[in-house]
Amino acid sequence: MGNGMHLVVAPVTKLPIASVIVIVEAGASAEPTGKEGVAALTARLLPEGAGDLDGAALAERFERLGASVESHADWDVAAVSLTALTAQLPAALALVRDLLRAPVFPEREVARLKEERLAELLQQRAEPRGLADEQFARALYAPDVRYASPPEGDSGSVRALTRGDVLAFYAARYRPAATTLVIAGDVTQAQARTLADTLFGDWVGDSPAPVVTAVDTAQSGRLTRIVSKPDAPQSELRVGHVGLARGAPDYFDAMVMNAVLGGLFSSRINLNLREAHGYTYGAFSAFEWRRGAGPFVVSTAVKSDVTGAAVREILGEIERMRRDEIGEEELTLATSYLDGVFPIRYETTAAIAAALANLVIHALPDDYYDRYRDRVRAVTTRSVLRAAQAHLHPDRMRIVVVGDPTVIATPLGEAAGMTPDVMVPERMERPA
Amino acid sequence: MTLRYLVTICALVTAAAGSAGGAGAQGVPKLQYEKITLPNGLEVILHEDHSTPIVVVNTWYKVGSGDEKPGRTGFAHLFEHVMFMGSENVPVGAFDKWLEAAGANNNGSTTEDRTNYYESLPSNALPLALWLDADRMGRLLPVMDQAKLDLQRDVVKNERRQRVDNVPYGKWRETVLATLYPANHPYHWPVIGSLADLSAASLEDVKEFFRTYYAPNNATMVIAGDFNRDSTLTWVNRYFGAIPRGPQMPARPAVPVVTVQRDTFLVLEDRVTLARLHQTWKGERIYHENDAPLDILASVLAGDKNSRLYKRLVFDMQVAQDVSAFNNSTKLDGDFNILVTPKPGQTPTRMAELVREEVSRIVADGITPRELARALNTRRSSFLDQVASVLGKSDRLAEYNYFAGTPDWIQQDAARYDRVTAADVQRVAAQYLTKPKVVLTVVPLGKKDLMVMGGAE
Repeated sequence: MGNGMHLVVAPVTKLPIASVIVIVEAGASAEPTGKEGVAALTARLLPEGAGDLDGAALAERFERLGASVESHADWDVAAVSLTALTAQLPAALALVRDLLRAPVFPEREVARLKEERLAELLQQRAEPRGLADEQFARALYAPDVRYASPPEGDSGSVRALTRGDVLAFYAARYRPAATTLVIAGDVTQAQARTLADTLFGDWVGDSPAPVVTAVDTAQSGRLTRIVSKPDAPQSELRVGHVGLARGAPDYFDAMVMNAVLGGLFSSRINLNLREAHGYTYGAFSAFEWRRGAGPFVVSTAVKSDVTGAAVREILGEIERMRRDEIGEEELTLATSYLDGVFPIRYETTAAIAAALANLVIHALPDDYYDRYRDRVRAVTTRSVLRAAQAHLHPDRMRIVVVGDPTVIATPLGEAAGMTPDVMVPERMERPA
Repeated sequence: MTLRYLVTICALVTAAAGSAGGAGAQGVPKLQYEKITLPNGLEVILHEDHSTPIVVVNTWYKVGSGDEKPGRTGFAHLFEHVMFMGSENVPVGAFDKWLEAAGANNNGSTTEDRTNYYESLPSNALPLALWLDADRMGRLLPVMDQAKLDLQRDVVKNERRQRVDNVPYGKWRETVLATLYPANHPYHWPVIGSLADLSAASLEDVKEFFRTYYAPNNATMVIAGDFNRDSTLTWVNRYFGAIPRGPQMPARPAVPVVTVQRDTFLVLEDRVTLARLHQTWKGERIYHENDAPLDILASVLAGDKNSRLYKRLVFDMQVAQDVSAFNNSTKLDGDFNILVTPKPGQTPTRMAELVREEVSRIVADGITPRELARALNTRRSSFLDQVASVLGKSDRLAEYNYFAGTPDWIQQDAARYDRVTAADVQRVAAQYLTKPKVVLTVVPLGKKDLMVMGGAE
């Protein structure tokens, strides 16, 4: 569009509905130092007041249109999304325009959402999964790296945020040239174009400063840490290290390698921990794909008394992945799954819109999804081995366990080959 | 509901996958179907939708945790897990492996009243799913052994730890069920069961349960999506036709009447940082005439930003971290629940007072036409969401077939809500939420003094 805003349209005529995602270059990675959490707070405040409507009135308008709006920010972007009947799309999109172009950021709602985030952090201290994810990130990245703390901010940074911070972040980041409107559903290209021109054509503003992709400096060496949860019946495990960025040239090799290692039900790690040993309800591995290098992580929850054994098996599977070429049958299972499941993943307009947004966020080529299945099929047992050797790093493994130290410390130490340090959640208001 | 495994695989798409929250005053489409019953009693429901080249096979067995024997709670769900461990022609591990290699997602789930198994796969792989399901329906026991049971027993115990024991507030629901439903009621215990009962389950239990409940005449298989009717029926007859009919299913004993005689106050100490108040009233079974009004009442109380409790407790007064309300209704009975987590410094007792005030206001003054319209809009959207995917449609057809007696019921289901009036919502608030209730306060360790202990009308 003339003002630098982008429009992506996918006509899908199955049902008389359309899904919209507006993405803005306003994710957590764009935050100024010391303002961690301002991106998420800003995005969540958009529907809390815009134009002359307060949050309740906006919610009422969306509900009258039969559309519920959702807004949030992740590491890379902020996003506002909704699904509506095609007939209601112009009215619903006009409200989205107000959210994006005329948000009010009421002082009262700034304070309320901050309070809610702080209470959520307090609750999380007793929630093993969230606690494990948070502490794993801290164990992975150097303390001054944005990825080390949660995208929504920690208690110290959230407490310090002000309405002024939100206004400044909004003013710096929410610009037409940093915004893409994605529409998937029962609309034509021409209709979408007219709608976008009418609602956003007169939105002006310079391009924002480019986002410096988060520096992903890793902590060095191995680490084994217990986050203490006395009497825990289960240990929540996170094992991994800094992975690779979404833009990595061997993305498909790494993805298929992960599918063999721990991305599917029939992957090595789940078959080993769940189906051979019965240690867990499920065990999976993943690369978290971000613009910067996100974590590579094996996640599972195991019965406390097998914590050491489970860690040993996980480390063993990672070693095996690096040592031996996988069999053709394993490769075929993974690639056939990724190939076959493709249409199931993109069945709804909301899923298609999200897939298109993904193209924009990661600057993928327009024909990415057309070529996706071919590129999956092009992965070989050799390229999987190369990816494993390049991207799995036993010498940098960080092992974080939320569990009962009296039961797990010794066996965990033996499995990891080092004495674990122990943290107490109540005392880690803001751990280094 | 308890699933065989939790989907934690990161979907390809990591950005902003907004829910398909959908649509205003749009009619709910009829689901076209064809229903065939094989000579052995297996019901087959076909629904064609050629818009995407995928197909879903969704098989419901009419057995759930409500059919369990005393001392064997959790068995129906444990059995569901065993169903994935291979059958006469399917080696251990091959069931999931073969399906994944075909590009399929599959899972199973167990509730109080039924157990289901589904595969969602590319159209050309339909025969594989049918053959695998037929092999385990007809030939599970010849290769069943203690090792398979023991392994899945460990998996399920870990599932319980992961979903209940090691989760803040995780035991609230089973604590309430045990008080609300009498000991001889099938909903007295949770679907996941207890660790002790899971330990007690034997190989003989597995065999007996299979022979009793896993027969074609106790199952309904929905095939939905992009398939050719005639060749599909040929495969169905070839794979399932020869499985012998089983015995008549045992009838569940008569269900005792559920009444709460007086307010009952419970406290549960847990590793939580904030207390939470849980209030539960007796409700009604699914599709009862008051079921839909109770659903709408739950929306009006806590369904969205403008709902009574959210608006007052979270938005205006800012005394609560979150509020929720839900009407749980299933085959035999139901219950109505309101949950409030007070903010730091606020007490559960104060939350109970505020909830009572808001309920009393609805009882005295009713709800506005706007509130009713909003709740109905949300409900219509959720119908459209459910039919946006083939899997969702297969679930609708199977559920209506089981609970309403015909697959052809989605429009009647939607019409139940369209008929709800503001007066109905006021009436059910008065009829149900002024009755005695079960009040459970989950408190941080050592904070039993936070327990809500009074406030009866």
